[in-house]
Amino acid sequence: MIGVLFAVALRADPGAGLGPADWSAIRFTVWQAILSASCSVLLAIPVARGIARRRFWGRRVLIALMGAPFILPVIVAILGILVVFGRSGWISDLLVLMGQEPLRIYGLQGVVLAHVFFNLPLATRLILQGWQEIPAERFRLAAQLNVDGPSMWRLLEWPMLRQVVPGAFAVIFAICLSSFAVALTLGGGPRATTIELAIYEAFRLEFDLGRAALLSGLQLVLTGLAAFVALRMAIGEGFGSGLDRPLRRWDGQAAVARGLDVVWITAAGLFLVLPLAAIVLSGIPGLLSLSARSADLLVRAAGNSLVISATSTLLMLVLVVPMTVAIALRPLNGGGVLAELAGLLGLAVSPLVIGTGLFIVLFPFVDPFALALPVTALVNALMALPFALRILVPRVRDILARYGRLALSLDLQGWTFMRVVLLPRLRPQLGFAAGLAAALSMGDLGVIALFSDSETATLPLQVYRLMGAYRTDAAAAGALLLLCLSVGMFYVLDRGGRRHAET
Amino acid sequence: MLKLEGCELQNGGFSLAADLQIEAGQRVAVIGPSGAGKTTLIEAIAGFLPISRGRLIWRDQDLTAMAPGRRPMAMLFQDSNLFPHLSVAQNVGLGIRPNLRLNATEQAKVQAAIDRVGLKGLEDRKPAALSGGQQSRVALGRVLVQGRDVLLLDEPFAALGPALKAEMLDLVAALAAESGATVLMVSHDPADARRIADQVVLVAEGLAHPPVATGPLLDNPPPALKAYLG
Repeated sequence: MIGVLFAVALRADPGAGLGPADWSAIRFTVWQAILSASCSVLLAIPVARGIARRRFWGRRVLIALMGAPFILPVIVAILGILVVFGRSGWISDLLVLMGQEPLRIYGLQGVVLAHVFFNLPLATRLILQGWQEIPAERFRLAAQLNVDGPSMWRLLEWPMLRQVVPGAFAVIFAICLSSFAVALTLGGGPRATTIELAIYEAFRLEFDLGRAALLSGLQLVLTGLAAFVALRMAIGEGFGSGLDRPLRRWDGQAAVARGLDVVWITAAGLFLVLPLAAIVLSGIPGLLSLSARSADLLVRAAGNSLVISATSTLLMLVLVVPMTVAIALRPLNGGGVLAELAGLLGLAVSPLVIGTGLFIVLFPFVDPFALALPVTALVNALMALPFALRILVPRVRDILARYGRLALSLDLQGWTFMRVVLLPRLRPQLGFAAGLAAALSMGDLGVIALFSDSETATLPLQVYRLMGAYRTDAAAAGALLLLCLSVGMFYVLDRGGRRHAET
Repeated sequence: MLKLEGCELQNGGFSLAADLQIEAGQRVAVIGPSGAGKTTLIEAIAGFLPISRGRLIWRDQDLTAMAPGRRPMAMLFQDSNLFPHLSVAQNVGLGIRPNLRLNATEQAKVQAAIDRVGLKGLEDRKPAALSGGQQSRVALGRVLVQGRDVLLLDEPFAALGPALKAEMLDLVAALAAESGATVLMVSHDPADARRIADQVVLVAEGLAHPPVATGPLLDNPPPALKAYLG
């Protein structure tokens, strides 16, 4: 990975310098990321709070759904968002009926809307996990002390949020900094171009490797700073140990609290469900009217995507477990710094930046286009790594703090410790991380867009090509297939991990 | 014989001197004011706290630099003595083989230990489905199969009621008598010491005193202990 970045640095062409277009790309990139991250996190707090303290019909489905937009292939989600919020979408149709102007989705508002759609659920899940990591015993104690409302906020919720929210904000900010597909479809033009999009254009349209490398370097510095801040924010001492008692809540039973929770959960649910429903509604007729040739293309692309996804998930798991342990042991073990640095790079380095670097490295030796699929699997695994680390490290730290001495006194060490203590206690988080990795890889439209020739395609790329060719029905069919595969893989893995664990 | 030779133990800014010997097979209570270093002493013996000066010796073997799990010692902590995701039988089985790959003989040994601590029929329960007393019994079952020479107790029964605590202490005494183990137990309750300990190590004012017979010491306490007992 370091080598790849070195190649980028060597190839960067400073001669041209940064033009006004580049500066405006930088400004736009940062501004939309701040807006997107703030909206996502602020809206996520009441939603997560409601989900954490209510038990209602469909709660499990909603939580699984909260994973969906994030793991949703970007191209599919954009299709859905356009159907709902687009100029001739459902809401615009309503507005026009009422004599109003239709929505204008292209530009800053569209980019932020799409980012909030993707990241509100991520923020909700991250914050919800924070809520769930408060042991059931604490809520029992709080109920016993008749703690409710503001006191509950001060006693348990605010300390937890102070620990979780800055990290969530920073991660989402960093994700939005390297937005590519959203900017490609909803942004564009001089006023709404991100750096990533500029890299792609330099690479594919102008084939100016020097400029692509320069922009990659710029992107790297920016996201590197953001990622550095994000990782610094993972602090806090946890909430002590419990005995895995089933979670029950006694607080927040007042009518106002219940009503507010219902409103927040319903609003968030609709915001997430409508675009997904739109994909299903337009995808089913598309599937039924599919020609044999299109069907063959889609099936072959889906096969490629499944293989890439499985490979990159396995690769990620093999990489992440030792890294997590190394980082969690960091105060005792200097080697952990390297592992954390690698995670930081994973967060800071976008697929397009790695893609540009790999292209520069491979170009003199082999035909980079021939390696499109393995390269995509590798890059996907690296991309999933920082998310997996963020999910696993705090949990591993907790496990080591709680059971480290007991394990030492029983001479539980090395692989035996992993097998008997660490992996079973880590299972829900491992399942979640593997689910994310599989689905992210399934829907990735980054590296493959740089490396593909006209022969090879993954399913997202095939959908993008069908859209570009105005074969809307076939694109919708492919999008529905892609949606089912991504969500299915995530659901199976995440569910497998959380089986028997309180959700 | 367990020997602490000119030991100095440091825990944060706090330091404790210990130069004492404990006969094998004795049951010794470690008592003293809160914050005097009782837990520090036990943790240093167990190997969780490095001994900054001096040597720790058991039966002519120098343990000073040995890893906690390799020492001939079993320890029960104040809390978190069981893994919540493992069954009673597995938690006990860890005491024989940390990798839980037990042969038939070893499984029989686990079963015997579970029967001995009075948990017959609860082998497959998880700790959350047990009462506090039963959880303590699981931990003692594990100590039993570990078969170590020295048992270190850092007030593992502090959360139990007086009757239950007395029951556990009696069980500890009985198990130790059967196996001939040496017991070191931290306590803040002189009644615990009278109940099962032959000797008492008083920890006060930065010093762990050599053990003395329990009855006479408690009947006629020196000033430091008197201040604590009130």
